Amino acid sequence: MVFVQSSAETAGPNLLEVRGLTKIFGTLKACDGVDLTIAKGEIHALLGENGAGKSTLVKMLFGSLEPNDGVISWNGEPVTIASPSMAKKLGIGMVFQHFSLFEALTAAENIALSLQADTPLSTISAKARALSYSYGLPLDPEALVGDLSVGERQRIEIIRCLLQTPDLIILDEPTSVLTPQEADKLFETLERLRAEGKSILYISHRLDEVRRLCDRATIMRHGKVVGHCDPRQETPSSLARMMVGSEVKNAERPPSAASGEEILGICGLSRKPAGPFSMPLKNIWLSVRAGEVLGIAGVAGNGQGEFFEAVSGEARQEAGDAIRIRGQQAGRLGISARRLLGAAFVPEERLGHGAAPRMKLSENLLLSRHRTDRKAFIGTGGFVKSGAIQSAAQRIIKAMDVRKSAPDPEAAALSGGNLQKFIIGRELDRQPALMVVNQPTWGVDAGAAARIRQALIELARGGSAVLVISQDLDELFEMSDAIAVMHNGELSKPIPIAEATLEKIGLLMGGAEPGHVHVSAETA
Amino acid sequence: MRLELVKRPQQSTLFAAISPLIALGLTLVAGAIVFAMLGENPFEALYYYFVDPLRELWSLHELAIKAAPLIIIAVGLSVCYLSNNWNIGAEGQFIMGGILGSMLPVLFPTFQGPLVLPLMLLMGLIGGAAYAAIPAILKTRFNTNEILTSLMLVYVAQFFLDWLVRGPWRNPEGNNFPETRRFHPDAVLPELFPADGRANLGIVFAIVAAILVWLLVSRTLKGFEVRVLGASPRAGRFAGFGTTKMVFFAFMLSGALAGLAGISEVSGAIGQLRPTISPGYGFAAIIVAFLGRLNPLGIIAAGFVLALTYLGGEAAQISIGVSDKVARVFQGMLLFFVLGCDTLIHYRIRLVRSALKSDAAAVAKAAEPASEGA
Repeated sequence: MVFVQSSAETAGPNLLEVRGLTKIFGTLKACDGVDLTIAKGEIHALLGENGAGKSTLVKMLFGSLEPNDGVISWNGEPVTIASPSMAKKLGIGMVFQHFSLFEALTAAENIALSLQADTPLSTISAKARALSYSYGLPLDPEALVGDLSVGERQRIEIIRCLLQTPDLIILDEPTSVLTPQEADKLFETLERLRAEGKSILYISHRLDEVRRLCDRATIMRHGKVVGHCDPRQETPSSLARMMVGSEVKNAERPPSAASGEEILGICGLSRKPAGPFSMPLKNIWLSVRAGEVLGIAGVAGNGQGEFFEAVSGEARQEAGDAIRIRGQQAGRLGISARRLLGAAFVPEERLGHGAAPRMKLSENLLLSRHRTDRKAFIGTGGFVKSGAIQSAAQRIIKAMDVRKSAPDPEAAALSGGNLQKFIIGRELDRQPALMVVNQPTWGVDAGAAARIRQALIELARGGSAVLVISQDLDELFEMSDAIAVMHNGELSKPIPIAEATLEKIGLLMGGAEPGHVHVSAETA
Repeated sequence: MRLELVKRPQQSTLFAAISPLIALGLTLVAGAIVFAMLGENPFEALYYYFVDPLRELWSLHELAIKAAPLIIIAVGLSVCYLSNNWNIGAEGQFIMGGILGSMLPVLFPTFQGPLVLPLMLLMGLIGGAAYAAIPAILKTRFNTNEILTSLMLVYVAQFFLDWLVRGPWRNPEGNNFPETRRFHPDAVLPELFPADGRANLGIVFAIVAAILVWLLVSRTLKGFEVRVLGASPRAGRFAGFGTTKMVFFAFMLSGALAGLAGISEVSGAIGQLRPTISPGYGFAAIIVAFLGRLNPLGIIAAGFVLALTYLGGEAAQISIGVSDKVARVFQGMLLFFVLGCDTLIHYRIRLVRSALKSDAAAVAKAAEPASEGA
């Protein structure tokens, strides 16, 4: 890679050069004087925590945001990128983190939508097929997007981008939706593209893959560039230090104290798909005991959301014994009744599901606690005791170190990490016997994430059962006593953490070893 | 070229607070232009329209009579709209409350005494609530659009009333006029200060209803449920609140209040059933609800403003000879400016000059050919 770097420096102007790029939203400087150079034929990492300004920077490069200040040079020429179509004309392609695909159309039709209107569909199909095979990303252009896995959908986005023969490809968190094996495939493709002289701007917060793949890295924090480095010369912890600005310690996991008493029992849970593109659940068996943290891994969209709704009671079951909470049949109960049995739930979406965005924190406390703490919070005649909910909210804010700008702000005014700390704290404050959390640290900064994980482990060690659904394997390995994998609406047998390896879990995430579901019933 | 609405990153709290006043000001300006185009002196016309009716005591009584039903209905509608249920049929519920409430004095005129009036009011509440339950059932059972069903039921109610007063309920001693017999004194809503003017208990009902609903919405768990389900339905389900129950609660509460307004109007201001018992109170109340920012206390003030457009319309008809339809024009403009101000507080308008055919948003745009034409 030394070769790549030196050749980049000698081979004329850089492909892309950015000087002093600034974007201001209201009073917030999302990007503050950012400098960035990308040479021809390099994979350049853009590292930073959520909210560091990576997405804002990239949107300016792709023309979907207009910078307030700064210069962008392309092949040595200053340019103004006014729109995404102009970025494409220059030769900048982008693969977004959130796909913009129509599920009811085929892959080829989706690709056609972003190309010139007069290209016949059959030509696009043929081109896409040829391109996909030559890059080792096999893709059936006639397949309906709704039927494809997330990894395959990402391929459509990549092929769509490659069809426009860009010189610079921007990839935003491409592996966050892939299994480890799928990610490996993607890396091979990216390395081939580099060998062909294309440049890649690779946005990620996963340090291992950046160290493996990238030639250079630019690190951002709070809208500013805080360093350039060669990631191969760094350790994950030194990179993390640059990203976060301080040491991040992993959660401590004392040995499990599982007492053997079953807190949550799931027996043959099935659920029909609720909509045309939602995942059915197929005969799920699971048992979570007091004192343990059980992790559920899986690529997004494999039924985790549907599973959470079924467990929480937002979707009820026909059979009462499909879900047992502390020995009681809970399948037919709604979410309030399940809470009264001692369960607590934290959904994936913070705003709009776990919390009402335009309501104050104290009111959001009431959201999940109005039934379980009726005596404390609700007075005669149904009047809310505002003093009681406010002091309880302050107690949670203090316990979880929630940082906020006003004494009792609206939920939407908090950063993602702080709101998540409040939502988790709201449930922990009850000391629930069962805690079910979907994506506990999704989009949360490293400091808050560590605190949340520690709190969940402590809850389990205090004698509660904790079920964590997460796409972040590092997180699951850090927290869980056993990990089960959800794939295609089915749940694997839990693997004790001592026996779990990244490869084993990765294979299950990719759908290996089907037909294991009944075995878990016996171990349950 | 096309216009786009872009969400503002921050809203001005100041403008959000005074937006109803801006809307009122813009309505006056636009009204002045309308009068000028009609060939009247706009200042004189506005004076007759908005100031003259406030100069005499009896006229203030009339203002209270017009404001009462508007406030009572709008207060109910505010609960409906806060919970994201769009009841547009308050006019129909008003009529049905009026009809059911009138049953006692019309069909059993010999049943008299102090019990009659409370019973009539109760039946008015029931009539409105039951009629509002129809769109609620249709919405929860068949997923129909409540805006359409509740609106269409207005016309059903109007024709039902028309048929009643021309047919079975017509006054046998009324020389074939299409109206019921006049209510006996026990069935008439008492006037507050009979010496000064006609204002009756209705305005008291309005103030009490506004205060009670304000307490309900802002201070109780039920009100919290209304607000959560309206603003974030998914968070509401997470809280364990039932969407179906809320549809019925919101519709039947607003229906009951519209029914109360109906029977109060019939037994107070009119004293009998006629083919038409409302000058569009049920629709004007929608404007009142929004002008009052869906806050029951704000609605009290907004109710008087709208009542003034009715009175002013009548006054302007007499003094400067313009059509009383001008009142409707003012109401329409008021709603237009209220909604316009609210929208522009949350969004700003951006002019897009050329159609960007192949940018990233092309995918989204391709799905809506309507916007491609720009």
